[in-house]
Amino acid sequence: MPQRVRALEAILAQKGYVDPAALDGIVAAHEHEVGPQIGARVVARAWTDPPFRRALLADATAAVDALGVARGACPHLIAVENTARRHNLVVCTLCSCYPWDLLGLPPEWYKSAPYRSRAVLDPRGVLADFGLALPAEREVRVWDSTAEVRYLVLPLRPAGTAGWDEAALAALVTRDSMIGTGLARRPPDGAR
Amino acid sequence: MNGVHDLGGLHGFGPVEPEPDEPVFHAPWEGRVLALNRALGFTGAWTLDTARAAIEELPARVYLASSYYERWALRLERLLLRYGLVGADELAAGRALRAGPPLPRTLTAGGVGAVLARGSVERPPPAAARFGPGERVRAKNLHPPTHTRLPRYARGRRGLIEAVRGCHVFPDAVATGAGEQPQWLYTVVFSGRELWGEDADPAATVSIDAFEPYLEPA
Repeated sequence: MPQRVRALEAILAQKGYVDPAALDGIVAAHEHEVGPQIGARVVARAWTDPPFRRALLADATAAVDALGVARGACPHLIAVENTARRHNLVVCTLCSCYPWDLLGLPPEWYKSAPYRSRAVLDPRGVLADFGLALPAEREVRVWDSTAEVRYLVLPLRPAGTAGWDEAALAALVTRDSMIGTGLARRPPDGAR
Repeated sequence: MNGVHDLGGLHGFGPVEPEPDEPVFHAPWEGRVLALNRALGFTGAWTLDTARAAIEELPARVYLASSYYERWALRLERLLLRYGLVGADELAAGRALRAGPPLPRTLTAGGVGAVLARGSVERPPPAAARFGPGERVRAKNLHPPTHTRLPRYARGRRGLIEAVRGCHVFPDAVATGAGEQPQWLYTVVFSGRELWGEDADPAATVSIDAFEPYLEPA
């Protein structure tokens, strides 16, 4: 495949359809700029700023746009909040739809057949694959991203973080916690 | 189409295997494939929905046996051939043998920002929304041989309209070259038991985003 892709790029560059420097720019942006640290800032702000949290849950596109953390406008973005009663899990059973403007490119498992097939049929079993066991009575709500709406999970704020500032909280927000296959990190014992 | 891409509810693929400290790309060619697809998508030669359909149209055994970015590479070759931008002889030779037809636009290094943000697919509604939040609906039992975003596991099942998401470009129409034909989009929530039967987790619910032509009153 590497040779085949190299040949394809050469053909397209020779025809003037692609500029290799533009391709370099796209790769570099995904490796260094666009990633889950953007979503983590949104979550940490929602944890520390109640009016922002309300705005995010009411209209995530407008709230994230106003925060100015993403490259573009994040259209059709919906934030779904984890609570003591409901846990949210995001999947795309048909392909790999993902809020990549906030989380970067999806991990391999998100695009894989095991996740896409089972997340809707056996969500608790999938969570168990991630080492996550929720109380049986907690609703698990699976959001299958079948159109251009993109879902960001707002995870529960970990206990023991009262008074933490936004930057410290953002460091606890994992990519998986914003997909729903994980929880936010608990603070190390010494930091509480 | 009832393709193998429509994976929701299938058994037999084994456990999910998260990879600790996963790199953004596992090999440099994966990054080039992503960038090539994004750059060609920017030219306007085809639409997002056409591109998705082209992955679904890969032979089933090829789809299942290929990695994610292998599928993207195969899809790109097929689209380039279909739209007459590259010839099979050129793919075989590994170099351009002739000039190709002009494209509406091409991506320059200075314009990379344009492909790093998602675009809006919302359009002015041609009519009022047929359904409102709280209404009971049934996903129609549709089996179009062409691109659709109604997963098989939801077809024929009864759910509740939870939200109206606006009027969006209709993938089923765009992918067949029939234009955008914007349609109302709804989040429809189904109980686990409605989808999977009595043995399903009673505390699980699943929602899809369904276009109005997928739904009927229930």
